[in-house]
Amino acid sequence: MTQQSSGPRGPGIVGGRHGKPDALDAMTGVAKFTDDLVLPRMLHAKILRSPHAHARIVRIDTARAEILEGVHAVVVGAEMPMRYGIIPWTPDEQALAADKVRYVGDAVAAVAAVSEEVASAACQLIQVTYEVLPALTTPEAALAHPENRIHEANRHGNVTKAVQLSFGDVEGQLAAADLVVEGHYQFHGSTHGALEPHCAIGHLDARGLLTVWSSTQVPHYLHRELSKVLGIPTHQIRVIQPLVGGAFGGKSEPFDLEFVVARLAHKTGRPVKCLYTREEVFLAHRGRHPFDMHYRTGFTKEGKILAVDAKSVLDGGAYSSFGLVTTYYSGQLLGSPYAFQSYRFDSTRVYTNKPACGPKRGHGSVQPRFAIEVQLDKAARALGIDPIELRRRNFIGENSQTINEFHIGSSGFLECLAMVEEASGWKQRWGKLPRGRGLGVAGSTYISGTNYCIYPTELPQSGVQICLDRSGRVRVFAGTSDIGQGSSTMLAVLTAEELGVELDDVRVIAADSDLCPVDLGAYSSRVTLMAGNACLHAARDLAAKVREAVATKWECTKRDVLLAGRRAQRLDNPDMWMPIADAFILAECAFGTLGATGSYQTPKEGVHGAYRGGTIGASPAYSFTAHIAEVSVDEETGEVTVEQIWCAHDCGKALSPVLVEGQIEGSCYMGAGETVMESHGVMPSGLKADGQRRDAGPGKEGLLAASSLLDYRMPTTLDTPELHAFIVEKPDPRGPHGAKEAGEGPLHSVIPAICNAIFDAVGVRIDALPVAPEKVLRALRERSRECNEC
Amino acid sequence: MSDRPCSAEACARAVVLCRFHLNGEPVVTAVPSHWTLLELLRYQLGLYGTKQGCDKGDCGTCTVRLDGEPVLSCLTLALEVDGHAVETVEGLGVGGEPHPLQAAFARLGAAQCGFCTPGMLMSGAAYIDRLAVQDHPQVSRADIVAALGGNLCRCTGYTKILDAVEQAAREILQRSAALDDAQAGSCATEVGEP
Repeated sequence: MTQQSSGPRGPGIVGGRHGKPDALDAMTGVAKFTDDLVLPRMLHAKILRSPHAHARIVRIDTARAEILEGVHAVVVGAEMPMRYGIIPWTPDEQALAADKVRYVGDAVAAVAAVSEEVASAACQLIQVTYEVLPALTTPEAALAHPENRIHEANRHGNVTKAVQLSFGDVEGQLAAADLVVEGHYQFHGSTHGALEPHCAIGHLDARGLLTVWSSTQVPHYLHRELSKVLGIPTHQIRVIQPLVGGAFGGKSEPFDLEFVVARLAHKTGRPVKCLYTREEVFLAHRGRHPFDMHYRTGFTKEGKILAVDAKSVLDGGAYSSFGLVTTYYSGQLLGSPYAFQSYRFDSTRVYTNKPACGPKRGHGSVQPRFAIEVQLDKAARALGIDPIELRRRNFIGENSQTINEFHIGSSGFLECLAMVEEASGWKQRWGKLPRGRGLGVAGSTYISGTNYCIYPTELPQSGVQICLDRSGRVRVFAGTSDIGQGSSTMLAVLTAEELGVELDDVRVIAADSDLCPVDLGAYSSRVTLMAGNACLHAARDLAAKVREAVATKWECTKRDVLLAGRRAQRLDNPDMWMPIADAFILAECAFGTLGATGSYQTPKEGVHGAYRGGTIGASPAYSFTAHIAEVSVDEETGEVTVEQIWCAHDCGKALSPVLVEGQIEGSCYMGAGETVMESHGVMPSGLKADGQRRDAGPGKEGLLAASSLLDYRMPTTLDTPELHAFIVEKPDPRGPHGAKEAGEGPLHSVIPAICNAIFDAVGVRIDALPVAPEKVLRALRERSRECNEC
Repeated sequence: MSDRPCSAEACARAVVLCRFHLNGEPVVTAVPSHWTLLELLRYQLGLYGTKQGCDKGDCGTCTVRLDGEPVLSCLTLALEVDGHAVETVEGLGVGGEPHPLQAAFARLGAAQCGFCTPGMLMSGAAYIDRLAVQDHPQVSRADIVAALGGNLCRCTGYTKILDAVEQAAREILQRSAALDDAQAGSCATEVGEP
């Protein structure tokens, strides 16, 4: 398999300020999301959920539901007992809970009926007898009560995963340090809040082929898990992902509704749709893990980092989800952009009786990034060094290796710092703004995909197939999931550039397991690098054939043929050209029907270390980000307003700058929201660490504290700061045209930048998120008390 | 909870005739009296452009225009529109040509996943139309921020959405000013000629 090099280039589509080629579909109501699909004779399903945070299911009686007029079928957990999990090593979920419920909202049964109303009414007629168990709603309680196991099969009480890794002499370096900063940090839970609620449709055709349409961001993994749980071979299942109305990690594993519609389609012989209510979206969750973190960081007096010692407890919720990976990421992704002389982390993920946590934009690394960047700010203050300068002094450098042995390729981190420093007027303004107003800085890094698939395989991580049409059109078939980030645009841009057509000439057919080669999904910011490389491979293969056919006709070499602007053209004689469709026809005459495939597999050499766990968090290429936030703090009310955010992000090469800016702006917005407004959690209750029962009030244990978009406060236009997005391009040889990720990295450091700005504004540290007015007021009062005492 | 809380017959008895204008066309339809306008549009009239994000008035995704004013179709009973005019995203462009607001959204990358977009367009269009009837219309970022304050977007951070509404508003005002000038010019010519 040889990769064709790129031919000569015309004026670029790559890097041009284009929108999405299919943008008007969304503007005109033509775009079809899963809930916009209607099949003849379609039934509607509703899911019955547990009212208890922790209980054994003694008995389920569905008889009364089944006889309700309009009900076609009822399904319970015993019909789909196979345990599954997105991580193959931790299969602890069932499509519907068969013997035990583990959080308020755990699914226990489902009904297919002629309407949602009838299905809901039938759910109320299902009688479930529960034996209620003590609910463990905090990690402390869950760790203190290993005898009260949330998962009986778990080997280590309620610990789902524990990772300890150590690099270098941490204690020695801490002892030698001029300054040791010790801090305790709490990161609360937050959720994705995609505006499209999860939806799925199941349909069985006369030959027994099951089709599932779902608002998923991982159709390939869904395909595998459907096969496993339903006991149907994969070739008898077709998974189609229609347009997805936002995901952010919240649709990156299978959910109960997908198994339910498939099973009910089998039972009824009719198509079945299930649409989550907004409350169900909050229950499905898989959002940002709450972290409790203790950090010790040693510095020289020049500000160089000698040692980082990190201890974290992760509140996992009821199921493992991606938790094995989250636990590793909590430590493994901290090794850049700063060089550590020594590093140790100890992370423990704990089951609790709450909606399961999982991957939210910046999976597992947003929380430790918050801690370390505030630690750096504290050190800069203590050492009297400008916080930007302190970060510069610790920069790990390009083409370097982190202390945990990840290979860093290109890095524009210093350029990112310089850009936000300049744009925000940092030098003139930091530390000099009037009281109540402040600036804060932070930096970060993120992966452009994970080096290894979730399940062990030698197969490519991404495949793309391209076909050329006699009309001059190009069709791209890819397993990629466009969840709004623009992966289909990315494929169109790369293809159009190579084949000399316009963006509108490329039709991307994506995420249909019957039509498209496999791509692993839209997670870990992998798609541009991986599917992009696969796409380039296929497109260059075809471009070479087209140029060769044209060269034969013109009796020149194929190096003399340029494909650009819907033309094939002689490089040395611009008057000699033909329409691109004619060039495609020449090539089809010469080579037969024109199609090519491309695959991407990650490099296996020079990426990561050989130690156990050293592969997790390793990526072919890393993005870099710097943020500066400006805040104002009302010292009367404790209210913090994020006024402006400057963000510079090194994405290697911006294939579509407008879309990259959109990712940067959206990331800043989302990070700012979870810093000062958003919180996903349940009513505090259950057994406390001391064994005493906290009085939560009857029936309130484990209830969602915010189950609507009114109570879960996502920023509106009125709450959103002014956002300034800057693109830095340090091409990485492993990315297509040097491109790295842009979708998740720009979220990380906005959170510590805001917290550091609060310190600049009023001189108090808020180390427990979210930054709520009462916490700010308390900190201000405590500080004034301390001042009075001294 | 009754054993038979919602039979087909009960629903059938509650159906009421509803007449209104939808995107300029007259509609006569029978609708269960407890249905919302959102349900009527999506599940009976097949207009899937209007999206459901929360079904309880929190997100603005289902915004449509009722006699020109933006309303949440999930909180509007279908029967409330009897005798009125409803506009949805499907009615925004004219004759296959995109409305300047749609064009600006597409050009500037104001939609990422596109799910909030129909509601944003309805609120944006209502803002522009309110502006256009003022004597001395001024496009103001603060007014646009307020006009879109009831529409959540989770993807964009709103920057490009606000940019798009601002550009489209300026374009429409300029166009109508040019039209006014042209009309004033032609009137002057007619009056001026003996």
